[in-house]
Amino acid sequence: MAESDTNMPTSLQKPVGAQIKREERAEAPRNTGPGGTGNKLADSLRDAAMAAFLAAVLGFFLIGIRTDIAPGGLALTTRWVAWIVSILVVFGGRLALSLLVFRADHPVTETLGGKISSLSEATPQLGKWLARALLVFALVLPFFFTTFVPGRDRQFIDLAILILTYIMLGWGLNIVVGLAGLLDLGYVAFYAVGAYSFALLAQFFDLGFWMALPLAGMLAAFWGLILGFPVLRLRGDYLAIVTLAFGEIIRIVLLNWYEFTGGPDGISGIPKPTFFGLELSRGDDGFAAFFGLEYSPIHRFIYLYYIILVLALITNFVTMRLRRLPIGRAWEALREDEIACRSLGINTRNTKLTAFAIGAMFGGFAGSFFATRQGFISPESFTFLESAIILAIVVLGGLGSQIGVVIASVVMIGGIEMLRNLGFLSNVFGSGFDPVQYRMLIFGLAMVFIMVWKPRGLISTREPSVVLKEKKQIGADMVAQGEGH
Amino acid sequence: MDYFLQQLINGLTLGSIYGLIAIGYTMVYGIIGMINFAHGDIFMIGAFISLALFLLVTSVLGFAFLPVVLLIVIVIAMLFTSAWGWTVERLAYRPLRGSFRLAPLITAIGMSIALQNFVQITQGARVKPLPPQIQGGITLMEGSTAAGDIVVRLSYMQIIIIVTTVVLMAGFSLLISRTSLGRAQRACEQDRKMAALLGVNVDRTISLTFVMGAALAAVAGLMFLLFYGVIDFYIGFLAGIKAFTAAVLGGIGSLPGAMLGGLLIGLIEVFWSGYFTVEYKDVAAFSILAIVLIFLPSGLLGKPEVEKV
Repeated sequence: MAESDTNMPTSLQKPVGAQIKREERAEAPRNTGPGGTGNKLADSLRDAAMAAFLAAVLGFFLIGIRTDIAPGGLALTTRWVAWIVSILVVFGGRLALSLLVFRADHPVTETLGGKISSLSEATPQLGKWLARALLVFALVLPFFFTTFVPGRDRQFIDLAILILTYIMLGWGLNIVVGLAGLLDLGYVAFYAVGAYSFALLAQFFDLGFWMALPLAGMLAAFWGLILGFPVLRLRGDYLAIVTLAFGEIIRIVLLNWYEFTGGPDGISGIPKPTFFGLELSRGDDGFAAFFGLEYSPIHRFIYLYYIILVLALITNFVTMRLRRLPIGRAWEALREDEIACRSLGINTRNTKLTAFAIGAMFGGFAGSFFATRQGFISPESFTFLESAIILAIVVLGGLGSQIGVVIASVVMIGGIEMLRNLGFLSNVFGSGFDPVQYRMLIFGLAMVFIMVWKPRGLISTREPSVVLKEKKQIGADMVAQGEGH
Repeated sequence: MDYFLQQLINGLTLGSIYGLIAIGYTMVYGIIGMINFAHGDIFMIGAFISLALFLLVTSVLGFAFLPVVLLIVIVIAMLFTSAWGWTVERLAYRPLRGSFRLAPLITAIGMSIALQNFVQITQGARVKPLPPQIQGGITLMEGSTAAGDIVVRLSYMQIIIIVTTVVLMAGFSLLISRTSLGRAQRACEQDRKMAALLGVNVDRTISLTFVMGAALAAVAGLMFLLFYGVIDFYIGFLAGIKAFTAAVLGGIGSLPGAMLGGLLIGLIEVFWSGYFTVEYKDVAAFSILAIVLIFLPSGLLGKPEVEKV
C-alpha cells in the first residue's frame, strides 16, 4: 500500500529501485493512487493506519504474547504495552516516511542520495584525497587514542582492529564478488581455514605467527581452488547457495573432528606475534626492555593494529594492481558477460579459479590474524552470519568499490559497536533495556533498507580500471554489477 | 528390517515437514526466480505463533478437545504467518523487482537475520519445550535382535503429519491447476510481461504466492513443534536450507518435485543418522545440495533451463 502508483508492475521497467520510483512519481499525476483522495495528509494517514494495523497483526503473537519456561511447562505472559508501543512506532514511522519520502515533492532520501552520489561522482580528485587522508588518519590513529582518551584507548584500538579486520575481509571478498562477480556466501570458510591453519601449525609444529602467515594464506588459497573447482559451472544464486553449503560443511567438520581441531572446545593458547623475534611482554628480553621503554600492555594492541593495517593495505594494493593486469581485466569481463568472455578466448575456468584462490588467500591471512589476536578460536566464530556480514559490507559499500568497503565497515561494524555506549537509553526504556541485543536486528534491517534505497551500494560509480586517452566515469547503470555469472 | 522400517517411517515424517517448507521455495523461485532466503525464518515464526496460539487456546481459553484445538491453531497460525510472508515480500523484495539479480538475495539474507533476531529479542533465546500433546500410536511390528527388542511404531503424531501433508498437497495442486489464481501464477511463471499485458495483476499474484508459501510454512512449523516438542529462534536456518535442497533436488519450480525432494531429503537424513553418524547428518544434506546443483541442476522433475543469449 506504499506508493500511490503500483498498478503497473515495476518489474517490467528497466531502471532500478529509487530510480523507478522517481520516474513513476514524475509521470503519475500526484497523489492519485488507488482510492487516493488527492489530499496528501489524508492519504498518508490512511497508509499509516494500514501499516499500523499490519504491525498489530504481525506483533500480536510475537510481541504481545511471550512464552516462557515456567514450573510445569510453558507459561504465557502478555506485554500489551510493548505491543501498543510497537504499533504506534510503526504508525509514526510510516506517516513520516509517507510525508517525507513517498508523497513528498522533494523526498529526503533523494536529496541525501543525490549528495552521496555527487560526492562519489566528484571522486577522481576527491576519492584520491579521501583515500590519502584516511590513510594518514589510520596511521596515527592509535597514538590519537592514547593521547586523547587514555582511559579507554585499549577499547578504541580494539574496535579499530576489528573494523580493519572486516575491511580486509571485505577487500578480499571484493575480488571474488565485486571484480569477478561470483557471489560467495561461504567466504568465512577461508577465514576459518586461515585461523585453524595457524592455530594447528603453532600447536603441532611450534611455528610463530610470521612463519605461519604465508602458509595459512597458501592453505586457504588451496582450499579456494578445491571449493572453486566444482562450482565452475554454476552461476548466480545457485553458486551462492553452494558456497554457503561448503562454508557450513567446513564448520561442521571443524566442530566434529574432535581429535584434530578440538571440536567445540576450540584451540587456545595461540601464540602472539613477535616483533623481529622480540615478544611484546614484560620481561628483560621483551620489546619494551629492548627499546628502553616502559612496559605497557597497550603496546601489543598498537602492534596488532599496525599488523592488520599493513595486511589490509597489502590486500588493497594487490587488488588495485591485479585489476590492471590481464587477469584483473578478465575478472571484470567475466562479471559483465561470461559468454562474451568465452567467445573472446578468455579461459573462464582459470579466471574463476584465480579469483577464488586469491580472494581465499586474503581471507586466510585475515584468519590467522584473527587467531593470533584472539589467542583462542572455536567453530563458533565462523558461522554463516559472519559470511553474511562480510558480504553485506561489500555489497552495501558498492560492489567493486574499495573505498565503499571502508565506509561500509566503519558504518556497520563501528556503528553497531557504538550501541554498547548507549547505556543511558536504559534510563528511558527501563533497566531491562539493553541496546546491544538489538545489534543484529538493526544490522539485518539496515541491509534491507540500504539495499532498497540504493541497490548499487553507497558508492555506486566506479573508476575504470584501464584508461584509453581520457578517463570516463562508469555510471552505475552501465555496469552489470554482481550479476553472478 | 525392523530398524529399516522404523527409519523409513521417521524419514517420511521428517520429509513431509521439509516438503511443506520446500513448496514455498519452489513456488517463489518458479514465479520470480529468486531464492527466498527468509523462508526458513517464516517457518520458524510459524512455529512460534503456533506455540503461543496453542498455549492461548488450551490454557487461557480452556479448550481441551485436541482435534478442535489443532484445527483452530492451524487456521489462525496460517493466517498470521501469511501476514509475515506478505510483509517480507512487500518490504524487501517488491521494491527491488527489476533490479540486478543478486539484490533480492541480499535483502533476503538481511531479512533472515532481522527475523531471527526479532524473535530472539521478543521471545527470548532459550529453547521452548512443549510437552508431547499427542501420544500413542500403532505398533506395526515387534521383533527382537541381538541389540535388544525393537518395536516398529507409527505414532498418531506421524499419521497426523503425513495425512495433513497429503491433504494440503492435494489442495494446493487443485489450487494451482484449477483456479484462476493458479492460472495467473502459471502465466506469471512463463512470462510476466505477457501476463501483465493480458490483464493479470502480477504484483498481486506474486504477493499471493508468498502468502501461500508462508501458510504452508506455518503448518510445517506447527508440525515441527508438535513432533519435536522443542523450538528456538534458530530452527529456521537449517530447516530452510534443507528444504531448499529438497526443492532443488525435486526440480525447482515444480510442486510435486518439492514434495518428492522433501521426502528424499528426510529419508536420506534419517538413514544417514541411523546407519552412519548423527554428527555429520547436516553435512549429508549440504553435500547433496552441492552435488545436485553441480551435476543435476534441473533436479528430478524440473525442466532444464535454457539460456538465452
